Amino acid sequence: MTNSVTESILTVAGLNASIEGQQVVEDVSFEMLPVGVTALLGRNGVGKTSTLRAIMGLIERSGEVTIAGERVDREPTHRIVQRGVGYVPEDREVFASLTVNENLRLAERDSTPNRQLIEELFPDLIARAGQLAGTLSGGQQQMVSLARALVNDNRVLLVDEPTKGLAPLIVMDVAKALERAAQTVPVLLVEQNLQVVRMLADKAIVLEGGRVVYDGSAEELLGNEALTKELLGVA
Amino acid sequence: MSTIILLLITGLGLGALYFLVASGLSLIYGLMGVLNFAHGSFLTLGAFAGWELSRRMGGESWGTLIASMLLGMVVGAAVAAATEFLLIRRLYNRHIEQVLVTVGLALATVALFEGIWGTDPIYVTAPPWLSQTTEILGARVPNDRFLMIGAAVLVLLGIVAFLRYTRFGLIIRAGVENRSMVTALGIDVRKAFTVVFAIGGAAAGLGGVLASHYFGYVSPQLGGSLLIFAFIVTVIGGLGSLAGAAIASVVVAILQQFANYFWGGTGDLMVVLLLAVVLLVRPTGILGKKA
Ligand SMILES: Nc1ncnc2c1ncn2[C@@H]1O[C@H](COP(=O)(O)OP(=O)(O)OP(=O)(O)O)[C@@H](O)[C@H]1O
Ligand SMILES: [Mg+2]
Repeated sequence: MTNSVTESILTVAGLNASIEGQQVVEDVSFEMLPVGVTALLGRNGVGKTSTLRAIMGLIERSGEVTIAGERVDREPTHRIVQRGVGYVPEDREVFASLTVNENLRLAERDSTPNRQLIEELFPDLIARAGQLAGTLSGGQQQMVSLARALVNDNRVLLVDEPTKGLAPLIVMDVAKALERAAQTVPVLLVEQNLQVVRMLADKAIVLEGGRVVYDGSAEELLGNEALTKELLGVA
Repeated sequence: MSTIILLLITGLGLGALYFLVASGLSLIYGLMGVLNFAHGSFLTLGAFAGWELSRRMGGESWGTLIASMLLGMVVGAAVAAATEFLLIRRLYNRHIEQVLVTVGLALATVALFEGIWGTDPIYVTAPPWLSQTTEILGARVPNDRFLMIGAAVLVLLGIVAFLRYTRFGLIIRAGVENRSMVTALGIDVRKAFTVVFAIGGAAAGLGGVLASHYFGYVSPQLGGSLLIFAFIVTVIGGLGSLAGAAIASVVVAILQQFANYFWGGTGDLMVVLLLAVVLLVRPTGILGKKA
């Protein structure tokens, strides 16, 4: 890795992706901040999840994806992850038939997992180590999903709607965990809850119809009510 | 009473053979979504390998029997792993092509076996104890049944322990549930594909050697005829469920034995009827996951 502060950890250029022949990401280009949280925003169905899945190689894609200066757009998903990418998918995707501990063990990519951090951030999970993940509440499942990413040392985290469907109190727990994580690893965050975006994000990218329509300061976007309404459909 | 006992234990013995084939089918389908029609060939090859060894070493000794069982497992595992590595893997995520390849391989290997060993059944020799009987509650039960049952129970326990206590087992269990998420954790799930093929092939190869003693002969058709029932068992048990395959193996084989004895040889018909009823009432099988 170079020490240059300006080098982007994740760059996407001319990314296209399709699902079953239908194009869902169209010529998307952006750069993530090398530190802190970059928010990826947009109305429902504009292609945020698809963009993350395309970066991860989980769906058919073309275009350039660069992680720490190296092209990864032709690599299979597991190689991309091994380069130091942590992925927290939409809808958590915990393994319901495995225990909490087994979910974490599966995610550990080397012999020095950050168990300490997990214990600090999610003490509840340690208490429930032997419980089947499928029997956890939605909030607890989200903790497992986040913990699976944070248990490794990553160069970048891709996190898709971590607060979706959670009670306000749990939303704040998740936000705090992300804030803590973002101190050590840059995060690309898809998030509908603008309060959370305000609290965490430095930069915002807005998609519409699979394309980038805003790329700039998160504060400026959310400070401008008319623009927020126009791009995100909410104030 | 003694008839019932005899039918039950014989059914368990036959069920053990079904399970040795169905366990691999179920694991492979569960993880990869592939119905492996070549599985019967792994069994047949295991049986022939066992017989080749036993005719050289003298089939009457227990040492030979055990060695031929081990050889059947090794041959089954090696051929299955090679099949996955050389053929199935190249068609990653193309399920229809994968199934077609296994069908083609099944047909081609049967022809190959006929070319090498001929089309006639070859009779096998075994330790004399296997062809004797043991009296249980008045029933004179052929001893080979106990060998089948014991072997199948060991294989079941072995697979369960493997799935529960090893990292590969963890990957396989997770992959059965959500394969793409396993890769999204940085795991090359294809290695697990080779492993399940090898495990399934080992069980089938062992099943081949045992089947040759159950039926008393080896033939190129041996695997194909057992494979049909193993598929039925796998579907009834629930595709992808090991426990379901174990339960269904026993149920199907015992039903078959009883129907053959009490209802004038209608065993196969009853099994197909059971399959139809299960598919109508519970399309996912006894322990299958909801679609
Ligand atoms: N499996 C699929 N099959 C067909 N179309 C799909 C599939 N997944 C997504 N799409 C389509 O792709 C488009 C983008 O979906 P995507 O999930 O990326 O949107 P999103 O921005 O994440 O939406 P949300 O905010 O609701 O999560 C949508 O029009 C959606 O209908
Ligand atoms: Mg989404």
